[in-house]
Amino acid sequence: MADLYLDILILLDSALRLATPLVLAALAGLYAERSGIVDIGLEGKMLGAAFAAAAAAAVTGSAWMGLLTGVGASIALALLHGWVSIHQRGNQIVSGAAINIIVAGLAPTLANHWFHLNGQTPLLSGDARFQALIWPGVDAIGNLPVIGPLYAEVISGHNVVTYIAILSVPIAAWVLYRTRFGLRLRAAGENPEAVDTAGISVYGLRYRAMIINGVLCGLAGTALSTGLGAAFVRDMSAGRGFLALAAMIFGRWKPVPTLFACLLFGFVDALQGRLQGVELPLIGEIPFQFTIMLPYIFTVIILAGFVGRIAAPRASGIPYSKEG
Amino acid sequence: MEKRLIAIFIGLIIGLAGLGGPAWGADFKTAIIYDLGGKFDRSFNEAAYRGAEMFRQETGISYRDFEPTNEAQFEQALRRFARRGNDLVIAVGISYAVPMRNVAREFVDQRFVVIDARVDAPNVQSILFKEHEGSYLVGILAAMSSKSGTIGFIGGMDIPLIRRFALGYREGARSVTPGIKILENMVGTTGAAWNDPIKGGELARSQYSRGADVIFSAAGPTGLGVIQAARDEGRLAIGVDSNQNHIQPGYVLTSMLKRVDLAVYRALMSALNGSWTPGIEVLGLAEGGVDYALDEHNAALISEEMRAAVEAAKAAIISGQVVVRDAMAGPGGTEH
Repeated sequence: MADLYLDILILLDSALRLATPLVLAALAGLYAERSGIVDIGLEGKMLGAAFAAAAAAAVTGSAWMGLLTGVGASIALALLHGWVSIHQRGNQIVSGAAINIIVAGLAPTLANHWFHLNGQTPLLSGDARFQALIWPGVDAIGNLPVIGPLYAEVISGHNVVTYIAILSVPIAAWVLYRTRFGLRLRAAGENPEAVDTAGISVYGLRYRAMIINGVLCGLAGTALSTGLGAAFVRDMSAGRGFLALAAMIFGRWKPVPTLFACLLFGFVDALQGRLQGVELPLIGEIPFQFTIMLPYIFTVIILAGFVGRIAAPRASGIPYSKEG
Repeated sequence: MEKRLIAIFIGLIIGLAGLGGPAWGADFKTAIIYDLGGKFDRSFNEAAYRGAEMFRQETGISYRDFEPTNEAQFEQALRRFARRGNDLVIAVGISYAVPMRNVAREFVDQRFVVIDARVDAPNVQSILFKEHEGSYLVGILAAMSSKSGTIGFIGGMDIPLIRRFALGYREGARSVTPGIKILENMVGTTGAAWNDPIKGGELARSQYSRGADVIFSAAGPTGLGVIQAARDEGRLAIGVDSNQNHIQPGYVLTSMLKRVDLAVYRALMSALNGSWTPGIEVLGLAEGGVDYALDEHNAALISEEMRAAVEAAKAAIISGQVVVRDAMAGPGGTEH
């Protein structure tokens, strides 16, 4: 029993780490879509930030400089997408896809040019990387039954970006539902004409949403290359941006359900690694090909069966123009 | 498209840089095509690159090279280099099995070398390695250095070649401690599995927290995540293909060397001096094709006793006393 408990804690610990970039990227998508901009460029922004963060951290030796650069790069890409979607009234899907493609090619090319490591950045160590934060009193509390291992394994020992990711969920909920800015932002995504009639700039709201989107994607990318990993590697976002998009839809464009969707994806991913080669009672050993499908099967089942009707923000994806 | 242009551009620059060499080699043209991990993966492909560089430094003859970014480019690249009329075209990686068979049939006068894949054609030399023998040696070292009685294995893409690493490793470890617990994970079933250090690191953390204290990863750049996890958790990892001991000194127990560099170098040399022959060549411990790495970075981790045991096993395999099972052959067999 104690073994099983510890196993579950280890899985939760792993799920939290795997969910970190997902939560941040999903919230980024949520802000954008709530303001009326569809963003499938999460993947590209995350990858761009991962590269910028790893490169800056490698050069300056400081993970915080990496974070700043990563966030900066991501904001620039987000504003580019914003400019195309808001002022130019371009197709938002095309613009998002373009960002994904440009970054996938540009990041390894720049890395190759600067570091000559085949599109990778140098391995980060020491202060150039966000280290795991050990919480106070782990030694004392860690020995307590039940709560001890939970505190030591799951709550303590993540890097700072993971904690930021978890904190950003209640902040997002507060901003969207308890502030005037949040109300206007949601209105811009549902009924921009009403916002405009009230004398508030729809463009301004949407640009601000894209800046927040950039910050969050930047954090997600930084987590990949300087927290969870220790260098930028080609295509290291590995589809996480799209998974985040799925989590956001699964969470019905609401921060807290989105968090749980991300945690579920992270947990299933951790679980599939854990189940490989394990003998289960009655069933026997599950073939590896099956366990690796688990996250996808879950996604399909959940999206098809349990979510029910999903209503996106009504004006999402539609460029706003005063002439109508 | 952009990436391909840049790759060609880089190839051209390397080609131009080599033009400064002695003029007598100028009419010998050769090209090398890497696998998806990329030229500087600090592992398998980088070994091939080092072999080609060794050849260039010794003879002053330059070569062209190309890094495909997806599987669809494999056959295109082979065909392009064959059409340009090279003296030898080398493809690195098991994924070239089918493209090589197709292109070799089309360009019957072109000489090809393919590494890791078995292609039966009159103009192709296939170079294979007995990875199970090298894995057996690092398995011995892993089992001897493990204090917890649990060791781990992380494979990249789930293909028979990687199963061969796993089986050899298991056999080596069990030859030391018959009851040793071995945790095994594969990263994925597609080419993306070679390029996901985050996933590799996460699987490694999971194995470490389940008690493993040494993990052998055969997963290309994904293995960098495993080595990073070893550093973070204060445990040990085992590198693969190239000598990876230097990546995190003190945390890499050893590396299973696959001398792709020697294979590439020898193939280029034999093509230059005319002794090149098509056919299938299998390099094991006896031929120096696989080995374990011992250098200043891991000297402190390998005790005298471990060294004696692994050397004894090496001698026994070379003399044929010990036969390591091959996952790619039938049960109990060793033939390729």
